[in-house]
Amino acid sequence: MELADAYAAMAGDLPAVVSMMVVAFMGLVMLGVEAFRNDHPSIPWMGAAGLAVAAGWELSQLGASQGTAFFDTVRTGGYAAFVNLIVLLSALATILLSTPYLNDLKRAYGEVYALIMYATVGMLLLGTANDMISIFVGLETMSVCLYILTGLVREDEGAVESALKYFLLGAFSTGFFLYGIALMYGATGTMVLPEMAEATLGTTSAQLMFWGGLGLFLVGFFFKVSAVPFHMWTPDVYQGAPTPLTGFMSTASKAAAFAALILVLYHAVPRGPASLVLAVVAVVTMVGGNVMALAQSNVKRLLAYSSIAHAGYVLVGLSAGTAAGYSGALFYLLVYAVMNIGAFGVMALLEWDGKQGREQTLDSLAGIGTRRPVLGVAMAVFMFSLIGFPPFGGFIGKWAVFAPAIDAGMTWLAIVGVLMSAVSAYYYLRVVYVFWMQSAADVEAASTFSDSALPRATSGAVGTLVVCALALLVLGVFAGGVLETTAAFFDVSAMAAAP
Amino acid sequence: MDIPFLTSLVIFLPAVGALLTLALRDGSSIRWAALGTTTLTFLLSIGLFIGYDPSVSTAQAPQLVDMSSAWFPDAFDIKYFVGIDGLSLLLVMLTTLLGPIVVLSSWTYIEEKQKGYYALLLLLQTGVTGVFTSFDLFLFYIFFELTLIPMYFIIGVWGGKDRIYAAVKFVIYTLVGSLLMLVAILFLGYEAGAAVNNGVFTTDWYTLLEYNVPLATQGWLFALFAFSFAIKVPLFPLHTWLPDAHVQAPTGGSVILAGVLLKMGTYGLLRFCLPFFPNAAQNAALVIGILAVIGIVYGALIARVQEDAKSLVAYSSVSHLGFVVLGLFAFTTEAMQGAVIQMINHGLSTGALFLLVGMLYERRHTRLMDDYGGLASSVPVLTTLMVISVLASAGLPGLNGFVGEFMILLGSFKSTVLDSVLLVAFATSGVILAAMYLLYMVYRTFFGELTVEANAQMADVNGREFLLMAPLIVLMFVMGFYPAPFLRQTEPTTEFLLDRIEEKRAAALEAAETPRASGRVPVAPPEGAGEIRLDAEALSAQP
Repeated sequence: MELADAYAAMAGDLPAVVSMMVVAFMGLVMLGVEAFRNDHPSIPWMGAAGLAVAAGWELSQLGASQGTAFFDTVRTGGYAAFVNLIVLLSALATILLSTPYLNDLKRAYGEVYALIMYATVGMLLLGTANDMISIFVGLETMSVCLYILTGLVREDEGAVESALKYFLLGAFSTGFFLYGIALMYGATGTMVLPEMAEATLGTTSAQLMFWGGLGLFLVGFFFKVSAVPFHMWTPDVYQGAPTPLTGFMSTASKAAAFAALILVLYHAVPRGPASLVLAVVAVVTMVGGNVMALAQSNVKRLLAYSSIAHAGYVLVGLSAGTAAGYSGALFYLLVYAVMNIGAFGVMALLEWDGKQGREQTLDSLAGIGTRRPVLGVAMAVFMFSLIGFPPFGGFIGKWAVFAPAIDAGMTWLAIVGVLMSAVSAYYYLRVVYVFWMQSAADVEAASTFSDSALPRATSGAVGTLVVCALALLVLGVFAGGVLETTAAFFDVSAMAAAP
Repeated sequence: MDIPFLTSLVIFLPAVGALLTLALRDGSSIRWAALGTTTLTFLLSIGLFIGYDPSVSTAQAPQLVDMSSAWFPDAFDIKYFVGIDGLSLLLVMLTTLLGPIVVLSSWTYIEEKQKGYYALLLLLQTGVTGVFTSFDLFLFYIFFELTLIPMYFIIGVWGGKDRIYAAVKFVIYTLVGSLLMLVAILFLGYEAGAAVNNGVFTTDWYTLLEYNVPLATQGWLFALFAFSFAIKVPLFPLHTWLPDAHVQAPTGGSVILAGVLLKMGTYGLLRFCLPFFPNAAQNAALVIGILAVIGIVYGALIARVQEDAKSLVAYSSVSHLGFVVLGLFAFTTEAMQGAVIQMINHGLSTGALFLLVGMLYERRHTRLMDDYGGLASSVPVLTTLMVISVLASAGLPGLNGFVGEFMILLGSFKSTVLDSVLLVAFATSGVILAAMYLLYMVYRTFFGELTVEANAQMADVNGREFLLMAPLIVLMFVMGFYPAPFLRQTEPTTEFLLDRIEEKRAAALEAAETPRASGRVPVAPPEGAGEIRLDAEALSAQP
């Protein structure tokens, strides 16, 4: 193609990346303002506005038909819009929740918000990638921003430790990831996902290269979504990072990474062998995450292990390998994002130890529900939803990933899943009863919260949490519309055929 | 009078009331709002009683139906589908009746955090009513689980000293069972969908009833369903959560728990387990019957040695619910009818016992029987109420408890499925044991010498307490002397269910015997199947 034609084609494709452009441009503007008006309070609001505009645009694209743009490198249409919506709304909630938090920490740097914007851009690319290079670029853009955000409080040894750990292990996993991509390219001669599925793997060595490459690629992904046994970094990083940003890391980045994984599995990988691998990883992830969460006394660590476990539930949907499984996983990602952002958001507003909640135990919050009833109720909603109780979204989410597994003949996998949900009930209920049913006299904590040490809850932050809680109720009771939307993204005929 | 959406109104009015209480500020208006909502709901439910016509068959659809399929995508046949049949009617009435009674019983008992308490109580009523009226398995499951959250808080926040242990134990026990049942529901939904619903996943009760589950899968599906419901009932040896929950819960919570929550288990067995998996259920009948009888005797013996009046009543529930389970698995009309009536009776009499024990506790802040004694002279009215309730619970003829237990025992003796006179004889001993431990409680608490000064000063029931006990006492007499109107309401449905169970059992056996015909083929066996069998018989008849 002539270069001149290429520019014309690319100009025509620009609507495909409107939200990416809006968010990236806003990030630059924010940096510009930062340069002249240091840490100006309007900076987060500019970011929020940009994200809201982008989210509005994606909302209008939900019904659009699927396609690709920029020479098959990004996907457009409903699927992309849905994933982008999860990412954008998570980022929006994160900004609203972190503004008062970072003000209290005296870390309300304009750059922080700009970095959230750039991380979001990376996620937007990752979740809509149609080609291995896009996946890689998106993943790295996202990860680099998150490494920096983790170590935001740089005088705090815990924060530095977690940032360094995240960076080193992240870089290591990127190596696997890239090597995997290279091998898959070597076997198929293409980077574009649907073309990979069409490529014939004639020789044994090509087969070996492809499946070996896919294995390495999956290792990289399992690291990013913190699946067992690649989860070691998660509790430490989540515990040390500023709490609202932990929420961002555990939801938006996971949603984007899983979205990319779904695209790879759906478009590029023949069904079959991958399914069993995913099922095995799902089992160890669910068991590992939930069992290790039982022993945690720090809420951020508890939520970290819980987020590992939830990656396992999503993997159940993926291992079903059917259209229903993928759409169920997508639905789960949405619900999971809402409840986890909420849970971390509540914890951000209940931090009294001055160390990003790293050192305060769950017991030290005994009876806080009666002192902060709105936060207490919201936390109860998030916990019950995380267990998978109706009428909250978490229940429909679990249903949406377990049902396809059963339909695909993996009833054993669903049974492991529900038993692990029952195990998880123990630690989620513990959070609820410490909040609501105990008082400082009932627990053996070295020190407990005092009202004066609790951060000021701004109406913006509390409002965000209330919206999250209500959204879970709506997703639990009126899930039909959303389920129909996600189901429409997957056309059985377009799936990668069996080898 | 025709009220549109009556069934849905009865289900959701309490939930609306819960929102209302959240908007109110002071304790008194919250209580009145809760009382108003529950009373109104009860009055509306009388409309259900009048509107339900037992002479109209519910073989194709329940009555007073509210249905909407807009709830889920078309790829799933999951509906909002509620209605009334003979099975649900009385249980719904019991639930709505207990609503205002529980509110009144908490009037002065609950002093702290009243808003949360009454809101949760109302939400709980919505959940329970939903369970008894759902004709969609998925919807049933949602309501079934929905009852756990309010009960968790009611026990955990307003309960006694070990409330948290009891609350968590209650939730985890039930959750393990119900989550496993969820897997079974999903599996059944896909299988039935493939066989009788054009390949569309279904949880419609009537559609599922058309599907004859193959023998091979019936076993484990039945096991998962029955396990879940057996925890809820609770059937020995899964009962250990119950005494903890009861002893720790506030009076209102105990009344709801014993009165209606436990019935969700027996109701689930009757509504889903028996008709969906008839072969497996009949194969397991003897085992479950034995467990039920162990529960009857064991519960009674443990109740006998309790020092705490409330845990005595709690263990008596284990014993009484054993009768209900025995009646269900006898597979005879009398026993099944008796089981349904016994569910109501147990709700009335055990509810009354918990209320009365609660009244004692509110006066003296102790439930140990040793702390009382000789109350008959200081609180004669309370004593009378207690004696009536105890006799009803023990199954004295003329009071309600007798009717249910008698029918269950009669039906179980006749049962060909259980086919064990010895077992039923053991069960019968439970009636005697019940009289023993209950009368012993009355003796220790109300008769004998009045030794403690505080007991002599105790105030008798006040107007509110008398008002809340009155309907229960009246119903105990009415159902004891003249149970016919209640039996008439439930009879057509139990007969229909027994017929269907027998039909489906035979069809599943036939499908298993006919080569190549899997369970997915609904009814009619292929032509000539009968002849082949005749040939086979002829062959085997030859020497």
